[in-house]
Parts: sequence; structure tokens; C-alpha cells
Amino acid sequence: MGRTAVHIPDGFIDAPTSIAFGVAAVAGLGYCLRRGSAELDERAAPLAGLTAAFVFAGQMLNFPVAAGTSGHLLGGVLAAVLVGPWIGATCLAVVLLLQALFFADGGLTALGLSTVNMSFVGALGGYLVYRGVLRVLPQRRASVPIAAAVAAALSVPLAAASFVLQFALGGTVEDLSLTAVLAAMVGVHVLIGIGEAVITFLTVGLVMSSRPDLVHGARGVLRRERAAETAAVRSTA
Amino acid sequence: MGAGHAHALYVHRTSVLHRLPAQCKIAAVVLFVLVVVSTPPRAYAAFGAYAALLLAVVLAARLSPLLVLRRMVVEVPFLVFALLLPVVTGGERVDVLGLSLSESGLLGAFNILAKGSLGVAASVVLASTTTIRDLLHGLERLHLPRQLVLIASFMVRYADVLAAEMARMRVARESRGFTATGLRAWPVLSKSLGALFLRSYERGERVHLAMRSRGFNGTMPVLRRTPTRASQWATAFVLPAAAGVVALSAALA
Repeated sequence: MGRTAVHIPDGFIDAPTSIAFGVAAVAGLGYCLRRGSAELDERAAPLAGLTAAFVFAGQMLNFPVAAGTSGHLLGGVLAAVLVGPWIGATCLAVVLLLQALFFADGGLTALGLSTVNMSFVGALGGYLVYRGVLRVLPQRRASVPIAAAVAAALSVPLAAASFVLQFALGGTVEDLSLTAVLAAMVGVHVLIGIGEAVITFLTVGLVMSSRPDLVHGARGVLRRERAAETAAVRSTA
Repeated sequence: MGAGHAHALYVHRTSVLHRLPAQCKIAAVVLFVLVVVSTPPRAYAAFGAYAALLLAVVLAARLSPLLVLRRMVVEVPFLVFALLLPVVTGGERVDVLGLSLSESGLLGAFNILAKGSLGVAASVVLASTTTIRDLLHGLERLHLPRQLVLIASFMVRYADVLAAEMARMRVARESRGFTATGLRAWPVLSKSLGALFLRSYERGERVHLAMRSRGFNGTMPVLRRTPTRASQWATAFVLPAAAGVVALSAALA
């Protein structure tokens, strides 16, 4: 279901808006790359490449819904929580670029638009929501999948709203009421977001139970948990 | 998607288009699509001319037009959306076959269909005449950040490996009697997804160590760098230039 919603074809949004978002995407991506490489030094390329391949392969896994329909993961928040916001956003952008270039899936002139929706709003924005939610939850491991699920649920309609904003700026259809487009897009994507939240919750939960050290977004929680344990041991001693 | 997927849409032929360097083709396709997207929707003849130009390119690439059409199915969901537009859009109505349709909706639908289809067709031609390796090389020659190209080439190299890993997990699930029906399958499928991430990440760490031990320092050495000839750029830009002429004459008419 994601595939139909995010891969904007050419001509859907006018050329000036597409170019403006293309420039924004290039600039933003450059920043993500700098931050990501600073975090991972020379490990960045192999690990980010494998994570991008994971997102790409993961999107091929179909989750049956009902009556023959099925959906798949978009993976923005999942990638951001697992490998960090900068590398996660970069991976999503790479996946979009390669889908457009190798599979003709999504217009080449619309790449900037899709990158802003999926990578910046979906992954980076979703990660901000994740950090915000995690802050108000108890500082325990169990909170990590919950915060990731809430962020995933919100990130999908947020990305849809970002598309509607692009449509408002440079949509090529006249006399189409914007509120109707917004209602339809956000309405559908709230449902997709629920699916995304469930998959993200379960997947992050599994990784947290077997390799919590790999979950980038759980670093702070794990550190505080260890500190609390040490304090408890000291106070009993 | 098994091993064949490494070559995505590539069709092995010998033609002018296949021989052109990837960076020329990518730039030409992007320029062509930009011209198409900037054309006003009412310039119906211009879109016909663009389609004729693309058809000429398809024939020059010795590709079958039917094959290109078949590969354009990726845009089917948007086709459905475009067909809905005349029904849901407001403004002046016209009667078509007894249905009251919106005039601007019809124009919008035509605009999206024409530009979207031309864009997909151009991308299909690019992907059908250029190997993935050459596309990545072309991106680097177009001065995309090297780190980004490196990430992309790792992704390409391992997408098949991970897809195969996922297929093995599916075989393992199904040989234990699992069938993916309904929402109850989600926990099992999500566990597979989590396991896939762990295997991907750990493979990434192993790949990195293997590369480190062979002297990797974060960048890939460039082994061959043949300069692009001006004549190659000129050949590739025949398409966007012709499209530009069409667009100009449509704007002046």
C-alpha cells in the first residue's frame, strides 16, 4: 500500500515546485551524510548500505490484511530507531533513488518531493516524535518499542500531509478542494500508519530482546538503566 | 526476486543507446522529463510529439515497444487515481457518455496521465539500456556525493543476498506449516523482519571488517576513468533538445 502512495510520478506536481524540493532534498541529504559519517566514520558505507538493502528487501515482505489485500512496511521510523536518524534518512533516500533509476518506480523529477516526504518528514520527523514520546515514558527497555510504534503511527500521516502541502504549492489539477485531498490522504494514511506501528513495534521489540546494543535509539535508555542498577547495588551494599 | 533482479530491467543489446555513457543518459532523461513536466497541459499536440520522440529512441535502442509498455505497469495505481479525478473535482461540468464529469478534472487527469506515462517510459528506456553498475558509475560522474554512491552500491550488491535470505526464511516458515493469512500472521512476519535486520547488520559488520583487512579506508579507489567525449554528450542531448524545440513551438503557438 505504501508503494502506491509515496512514489509520485512525473507531472503530478509542477516543475518549479519539484525543482525547489529537489534542491532542498540535495541540501538535506548532504547534511544527513555529514552527520551520519561523523557518527560511523569509515563503517558508514557498508552498514548504511546493508541497512538500505534491508529496507528495500523488507518492503517486499507482504503483510496480509483482509480479503486478499496486503500491505508492506515503509520503514522510515524503523530504520531511524535502529541505525539512527541520519543514517536511517540517508538509507530511505537511497532506496527511493534506486527504485526510480532501476525500476522506473516513481518519477525522476519527483525524487526531491518523495525524498522530503519519506526521508525527512517520515524518518527524521518520525525520529523526533520517537525521542519526544520516549522522554515521557518510564526509562525502561520496554518503552523503546512503544515509542517507536507511536512515532511510526504518526510518521505516515505526517508524510501524507507533507505531500498535500506539495500539492497545494504546485498541484497540477485545478478546482480540486485541498481540504478534500488532505482529508482523503490523511484518512487513508492513518490506517496505513496503524499497520506501520504494529510492524515497527513487533520488529523493534524483537531486536531489543536479542541485540539491544544494536538499537541506536535505545542507547540513552540502556545507559540510564545501567546507572540505576549500579545505584541500586550501591545502596544495598 | 532471485538473482535476475541484480540486472533489474536491463536488456542486453548492442545499440547507440547501450554504448552511451550512463552519465549522459541520466542527464538527458532528467532534462527530457523536466521539459515534459513544464509543458502546459493544453498543448495536446506536444505530448504526441514527445511520445513519437520516445518511440524513435526505443527503436534506436533496439528495444521492443511492447516490452517498454509492459514495463510501464508500475504506474497503474496512479492511473486509477487519474481516472477518479474527473469525478471528484469541482468546477464546470461536461457530459461524457451520460456521466457528469468535471472539466478541470479531465484536464488534470490528462495532464497526469500524459506526463506520468512519458516519465515512466523514459525511465524504463534508461533502465533497459544501462546496467546497474554503469548507472552507479554515472551517478558518481554526475558529482553525486561519493559516500552516497558508495552506500547505493553496497545496497545493490546486497539487495539480492538479503532477498534470498528472506526467501529462505519463508521456506523455513512454510515447512513448519505456517501460512500467512490475516492479522494473526503479523507477529511471525515481524519476527522474520527483525531477524532479517539482525542478519543484515551483522553481515554489514563482517563485510566492513573484511574490507578493513584489505585496506579499506572509507572511500573506494577509482580504477578506470575514461573521459566522456563531447560527441557522446551531443548524441544523448538530441532527445531533450528535440523535446525543447517541441515545447518552444507549443509555447509560441
